[in-house]
Amino acid sequence: MAGGPQIAAGRLTGRQYEENFDDIKPPLDRRRALIEASRCYFCYDAPCIEACPTGIDIPSFIRKISTDNVRGAALDILNPNIFGGMCARVCPTEELCEEACVRNTQEEKPVHIGALQRYATDNFFETGEQPFTRAPATGKRVAAVGAGPAGLSCAHRCATLGHDVTVFDARDKAGGLNEYGIAAYKTPHNFAQTEVDFIMGIGGITIETGKKLGRDIALADLRSDYDAVFLGLGHTAVRELSIDGEVMSGVHAAVDYIAELRQAADLAALPVGRRIVVIGGGNTAIDIAVQTKRLGAEDVTLVYRRGPREMGATWHEQEIAQTNGVKIKHWAMPRRILGNGSVEAVECEYTQLDASGRLSGTGDTFSLAADQVFKAIGQMFVPDALNGSAQEVLEIANDRIVVNDDRQTSLPDVFAGGDCIAGTDLTVQAVEDGKVAAIAIDRLLRS
Amino acid sequence: MADLRCDIAGVKSPNPFWLASAPPTDKEYNVVRAFKAGWGGVVWKTLGEDPPIVNVTSRYGAMHYNGTRLAGFNNIELITDRPLEVNLREIKQVKRDWPDRAVVVSLMVPCEEENWRNILAHVEDTGADGVELNFGCPHGMSERGMGSAVGQVPEYIEMVTRWCKQYTRMPVFVKLTPNVTNILAPARAAQAGGADAVSLINTINSIASVDLDAMAPTPTVHGKGAHGGYCGPAVKPIALCMVAEIARDPQCNGIPISGIGGISTWRDAAEFIALGAGSVQVCTAAMHKGFKIVDDMIDGLGNWMDGKGYADLDAFRSAAVSNYVNWGELDINHEIVASIDQDACIKCGLCHIACEDTSHQAIRAARTNGDRRYEVIDAECVGCNLCMHVCPVEGCITMVEVDNGKPYMTWGEDPRNPANMKAAE
Repeated sequence: MAGGPQIAAGRLTGRQYEENFDDIKPPLDRRRALIEASRCYFCYDAPCIEACPTGIDIPSFIRKISTDNVRGAALDILNPNIFGGMCARVCPTEELCEEACVRNTQEEKPVHIGALQRYATDNFFETGEQPFTRAPATGKRVAAVGAGPAGLSCAHRCATLGHDVTVFDARDKAGGLNEYGIAAYKTPHNFAQTEVDFIMGIGGITIETGKKLGRDIALADLRSDYDAVFLGLGHTAVRELSIDGEVMSGVHAAVDYIAELRQAADLAALPVGRRIVVIGGGNTAIDIAVQTKRLGAEDVTLVYRRGPREMGATWHEQEIAQTNGVKIKHWAMPRRILGNGSVEAVECEYTQLDASGRLSGTGDTFSLAADQVFKAIGQMFVPDALNGSAQEVLEIANDRIVVNDDRQTSLPDVFAGGDCIAGTDLTVQAVEDGKVAAIAIDRLLRS
Repeated sequence: MADLRCDIAGVKSPNPFWLASAPPTDKEYNVVRAFKAGWGGVVWKTLGEDPPIVNVTSRYGAMHYNGTRLAGFNNIELITDRPLEVNLREIKQVKRDWPDRAVVVSLMVPCEEENWRNILAHVEDTGADGVELNFGCPHGMSERGMGSAVGQVPEYIEMVTRWCKQYTRMPVFVKLTPNVTNILAPARAAQAGGADAVSLINTINSIASVDLDAMAPTPTVHGKGAHGGYCGPAVKPIALCMVAEIARDPQCNGIPISGIGGISTWRDAAEFIALGAGSVQVCTAAMHKGFKIVDDMIDGLGNWMDGKGYADLDAFRSAAVSNYVNWGELDINHEIVASIDQDACIKCGLCHIACEDTSHQAIRAARTNGDRRYEVIDAECVGCNLCMHVCPVEGCITMVEVDNGKPYMTWGEDPRNPANMKAAE
């Protein structure tokens, strides 16, 4: 990254970096966990279970925490969701299990399910036990493309069911967005790799990194070499602003910068601007805004074209941005990026809804001085990689791979899940997709 | 404000709240702090003969329940471990300094007439208001032939009570152990021996818990545990029942009762008084929260009495005794069914699963457009109250009386009673 005068590394002391990128929410100790667990009513037909994409029996694991049966609690979580540790950290629980908690009705304070899930899984991981065993080997081989939550969830379930799995990933490390995309303070201390190691611990899974679909491997070859294929390709491209000045130095895709931050050996060596403008309203926009602030940026302004209720980021995420001193500018959109080779400012236009509810510019503009501009208006799946003859029969709709309830694509031996299929782009959903696909793959391979 | 003054067996106190004979009343220091906080009286921790007993360390066990500390409390401490002379001197001083408060002295000596006569003379000299004969402690002292070893033998109770009445002018309270099959036998024995009042309940034989690492009962003393005496909120229902049994027993003839057992609030106290108690004695609640709790007890009881129009304690004392009947006197035609306030319902489903799994399948779990709804099936509801008790929302489930037009009818009068069928043949 080019470092101009206004973009500099080492804005903070080592101690500050450490504090700013440590756990944003410290884990519960046993005492707090027991108090929190005692708040669970152990509901019948519990709404929280229904709200969890992986269907974790939440009342059950919380009851086990309350009796100090932490191993039992952890397995209640990890059986349906092998990424239960990461989900405890990154799930937007405020709009999943915790939103469904019946405690909200009476006192607007749900049981802190995410924190309890982390308590159970963290403590279990500390024992170093590998609780999963493999069914007798079937001799069948499965290929998974993408070593993110979807691919590894599928791989793990296939391995438990007795199949051998090879996972291909374009990057240097496995983990997908857990390793490259999640905000650093949500998963510090290299937890993503700890979790990958735990998942790999079952055996029968081989990961081949640096293998990109369409470049190093081809779907047609995978189909001929393996008994089934799972595609957990994730998002493959970021949306562009499509405005003047977008190619200027200092304008970045938020996800690229976050990946760089996550892999940085020394955060003090990572240059960051004094004045930051973030375009977008989703969780990625919040993540880049807060992380640049915590890297020492002075002014971080997030520009979103609609109001707080329309933001993709949950209210909890918006709160995090605000408490971290990020200024959120609603009802405005970028018109052009100004500068002389390097970005100097973003010209924005106020927006409004017209009578029919359509968004339009008001014609009034304002300018925000900026050393760096981060684009976070969404990512998408571009099916370019599905090259060759395969693409002709792999059905795509609305830029996503089409699947049935089993996550089976139009090719009967090819399954897909995670961000490359339609649905919520959540880690926990990707895990569920991989699990469901693996069960269907197992059925297919045994038929 | 209602008049809370209390007079039981001639022992007067400004309010009915006494501290029971226990660690909080072992020393002048503690008792003075209690009186400063507003307690109406104390029963001084049990005196014995010199040399004083020796206690072990690790004395208390506890029953914590779902985040509630000390739902039940257990101890293996013995009677006072201080020399008799020290206790007597302090009692005398306290009574002199606090003449309006009740100071009753708990006693436990070997079951010999001479031993009782000796100690009574010493206590009388302190100016204390009365004595309480400790026939209750179930641990330690009972192995030496005292405490509940006496309380479990009505003849001993009567004998010792008679000696005490003979050798002192002070009112004699007899403290009863609940570790008996029927509380009436010891109560009647006390009455027959001339007791001025009975105090109950003392603690219940108990093992608080088992330390699963040490494989020993708690509280654990060097790898071993002895049974202790159980008290605290968890024992209140047992105490209420025993108090009520005595209160309604014609043979006990209205003997004054000092109620003890899990009393933590003014409401608990009011319940004991409604079932016949004169004064009430508190220990665990004070050991849990300190002496200041008496402030709400006094204040709360007075406010409640004002609201009810009770001018003094006698205005409601024993008011619930006549409504404490045997099962056979209940109205078998009484009919209630559960009613769920759907606006208050938080959809936890506990009423449904409790009824479905363990009772009468009278609460339907329905879904309308995905929304949960729990509905009582009136025809299946037997009016057992279970759903009301498991519901976490106070007042959400109520039991509604069904006007079935049927008269009050006891089982004795019921034609379905086999005895009546036979008579009809």
